[in-house]
Amino acid sequence: MLLIPCPWCGRRDESEFACGGEAHIARPADPDAVSDAEWADYLFMRTNPKGAHRERWVHVHGCGRWFNVARHTVTHDISAAYKVGEKPPGDAS
Amino acid sequence: MAKGAYSIFSLVRNALRYHEGWPRAWRSPEPQPAYDVIIVGGGGHGLATAYYLAKEHGVSNVAVLEKGWLGGGNTGRNTTIIRSNYLWDESAAIYDKSLRLYEGLSRELNFNLMVSQRGVINLAHNLHDMRELARRVAAIKLNGIDSEILAPADIKAMVPILNVSPEARYPVLGASLQRRGGTARHDAVAWGLARAADARGVDIIQNCEVTGISREGGKVTGVETTRGSIKAPKVGVVVAGHASVLAAMAGLRLPIDSYPLQALVSEPLKPVIDSVVMSGAVHVYVSQSDKGELVMGASIDNYNSYAQRGSPHVIENMLGATVELFPIFSRLSMMRQWGGIVDVCPDASPIVSKTPVDGLYFNCGWGTGGFKATPGSGFAFAHTIAEDRPHPLNAPFSLERFTTGALIDEHGAAAVGH
Repeated sequence: MLLIPCPWCGRRDESEFACGGEAHIARPADPDAVSDAEWADYLFMRTNPKGAHRERWVHVHGCGRWFNVARHTVTHDISAAYKVGEKPPGDAS
Repeated sequence: MAKGAYSIFSLVRNALRYHEGWPRAWRSPEPQPAYDVIIVGGGGHGLATAYYLAKEHGVSNVAVLEKGWLGGGNTGRNTTIIRSNYLWDESAAIYDKSLRLYEGLSRELNFNLMVSQRGVINLAHNLHDMRELARRVAAIKLNGIDSEILAPADIKAMVPILNVSPEARYPVLGASLQRRGGTARHDAVAWGLARAADARGVDIIQNCEVTGISREGGKVTGVETTRGSIKAPKVGVVVAGHASVLAAMAGLRLPIDSYPLQALVSEPLKPVIDSVVMSGAVHVYVSQSDKGELVMGASIDNYNSYAQRGSPHVIENMLGATVELFPIFSRLSMMRQWGGIVDVCPDASPIVSKTPVDGLYFNCGWGTGGFKATPGSGFAFAHTIAEDRPHPLNAPFSLERFTTGALIDEHGAAAVGH
């Protein structure tokens, strides 16, 4: 069972949350201008890494807010939880 | 009869020799420097691909590379259900091909796969479930696949231990039944296919992990492995949960997320259930093995993982519903529990396809229900590799469908029930 640090509510049990998949996938600014392949990449293609992963979670049975989590997909270690719009920790860009 | 074939005579002969004379079922060769085709992944689908490459297409200079031991991944750790009651025509075609192959495969492989067509029952618990079930049964019948609707009294007659009381937490209003569905012995599927592929000249190389996919000018030239480089003009990747990892080695991205899927097995008990009972609505599926253990599965843990373990609350939810449906199970001890990594596509349908890299083929995305598709998947994938174009069975399951939008939405059939 994961213990997830909600940025608003603190550490809570995994069963209070739902995972929303890979984070930081930006919707193309002008959908009419992108090709089918680019649109497919945005809609469907995922990194699905074996290792460090940044993903969205929502505190369904809590504050109801969305936020981002940096988690390892083999050890399940959570290295950070941060609010939507914030830069991921360790990202210099 | 072929040399080394299993029969009543070989059994008697070996019994008289205290079973010390059985030959190895397959060789353990050193990897050759080059092959015509390399299959990455020695699970059921990979072994079936190699078997059909040799049998149907005469391509036997094939290596199957397995990072662990043969059939040691999801093939050896699933809930062994086989069925073909899928909604859409494309799925019905490939899954029923697979079921028909299963029906003749024990004899063909000279290996008892213990295929038991004991019937698969899908329960409906409310009016919406019943409507959906009627729609599915009608669609499945139109594809020439056996399917029927059962009333609660019929279900009770088949599964006396099921709680069909109107006061039940999950009342049973009806069910669909596929009589040709059932179970098969998962290990035997891997072993039988491995033995038959090996007999046709395929090299099965275990403890050989692929660490890179070599390419030159957009064309595959071979693979790098923990046992050196191996050359081949064609590489077929069939690695289930690790599909995205292998794709990344070739610079590709796939529409796949990997999740843990948990299952568990009870202590053995006397025969209590002689069919497979599934409920998509409450995420339960249960059958009884020949050893007497109840084999049950849960839904996926809904986060990306390669850890082969899941969270206890998923098991708790599933067992809560199971005990509501089968009150007799309430005092059973569970003997073991495990998680496997499944590769799920956005439309819960597989990818059996060519890729943008010449000579590189992917067979993945079977998600939570790949075991039942083992022979059909191998049959279609072998054709795709040998002919460099898809078989009509897997043409709809191409990687391009995510660009064209021609998705095959099987969430209702595959995302929970197996």
